[in-house]
Amino acid sequence: MYPFTYHRPGSLADAVKLAGSDEAKIMAGGMTLLPTMKQRLAAPSDIVDLNGLDLAGIKVEGGKVTIGAMTRHADVAGNADLHKAIPALAELAGMIGDPMVRHRGTIGGSVSNNDPAADYPSACLALGATIVTSKREMAAEDFFTGLFETALEPGEIVTKFVFPVPEKANYQKFRNPASRYAIVGVFVAKFAAGVRVAVTGAGSSGVFRQFDFEEALSKIFSTQAIEGIKQSADGLNSDIHADAAYRAHLIGVMARRAVEAAR
Amino acid sequence: MASVTLTVNGKTITRDIDPRTLLVEFLREHMRLTGTHVGCDTTQCGCCTVHVDGKALKSCTLLAVAVDGSTIMTIEGLAKGEDLHPMQAAFREYHGLQCGFCTPGMIMSAVDMVRRKGTDLDDKTIREELEGNICRCTGYHNIVKAIHYGAEAMGKAGTAAE
Repeated sequence: MYPFTYHRPGSLADAVKLAGSDEAKIMAGGMTLLPTMKQRLAAPSDIVDLNGLDLAGIKVEGGKVTIGAMTRHADVAGNADLHKAIPALAELAGMIGDPMVRHRGTIGGSVSNNDPAADYPSACLALGATIVTSKREMAAEDFFTGLFETALEPGEIVTKFVFPVPEKANYQKFRNPASRYAIVGVFVAKFAAGVRVAVTGAGSSGVFRQFDFEEALSKIFSTQAIEGIKQSADGLNSDIHADAAYRAHLIGVMARRAVEAAR
Repeated sequence: MASVTLTVNGKTITRDIDPRTLLVEFLREHMRLTGTHVGCDTTQCGCCTVHVDGKALKSCTLLAVAVDGSTIMTIEGLAKGEDLHPMQAAFREYHGLQCGFCTPGMIMSAVDMVRRKGTDLDDKTIREELEGNICRCTGYHNIVKAIHYGAEAMGKAGTAAE
């Protein structure tokens, strides 16, 4: 690890100020940032640690779930109110990494990093989350802009997420057997206004919506409705774990499993 | 340099450290508590697992400065004098190790598992919860057995809530 100056601001305003410099990096749980720094793939001049800020907590009210950016995966996975409101979201959090990583990693860190194989981006997109930052509110659609890329500007910090409660939803993940990241993960959410389907792990530009599935499922919410819809392999990742054609196939399989398991 | 105060196994110490210092380096090199191991150094193997404010974390992926003020428990803090913790005793009794390198992390994870899941653990739960701990010798069979009986013993000894 290269040397850096460590900051632990006590207010969001101070954090924004410190994080605004070019070479600074914001640290939430550090579950991705620290391994990256240890490999010398990142060499920030300054680390702005958000653990001194009061940004954690889960609130369910008025058909909405609000989750603070510094809420740990384990706390999302274990929240009883969330299990009642959006069980799929709590279950998703329980599938991330391992128990120790879930004790430290945060929803804000995961979403801000926008790893193409991360789980949370699919939930944000499928549930139509509003992402609240230190300066504005954004729809998930506008937030995820590409591989590890988001609409966040330098110094802008995600503070919380607002998820509308769907009628039912489910997340199915085909895990890499070693890393446990998603080779393909599909989040299906059914609202009165229609169904939204988001796919992670597969797209070469990160998380995306599967509009053909959405249209079919909005008419009839059943596995048969999407059985015959072919997912193209164009723009999907190919690597030693799975080639694009296999990932395309898995998207259909995971989507059907999610429809079947949705509650 | 940054000043850090940690309470490790009941002893509070303050040191000036390079902010790069990982918690595992702090424990092993500054405090000479070498029971916490570094296996992979990439957050995968779990040999470096310690409890920070009562929760299991991987100390190779944690800056010591970031947990300033915390209470840490390492493998050295589990036994009460000469008496092994019930989970340690179970690993010995059921031969839950071969080379022993992963054992400190396995035991710290197992104790955390009991805190979260209770003292009546089935094999499926134990195997799932061991996701973050890798053993390259045993094939896990005796580790799972040791955790099952260790958890049970913790229930009987009333140590589960500690």
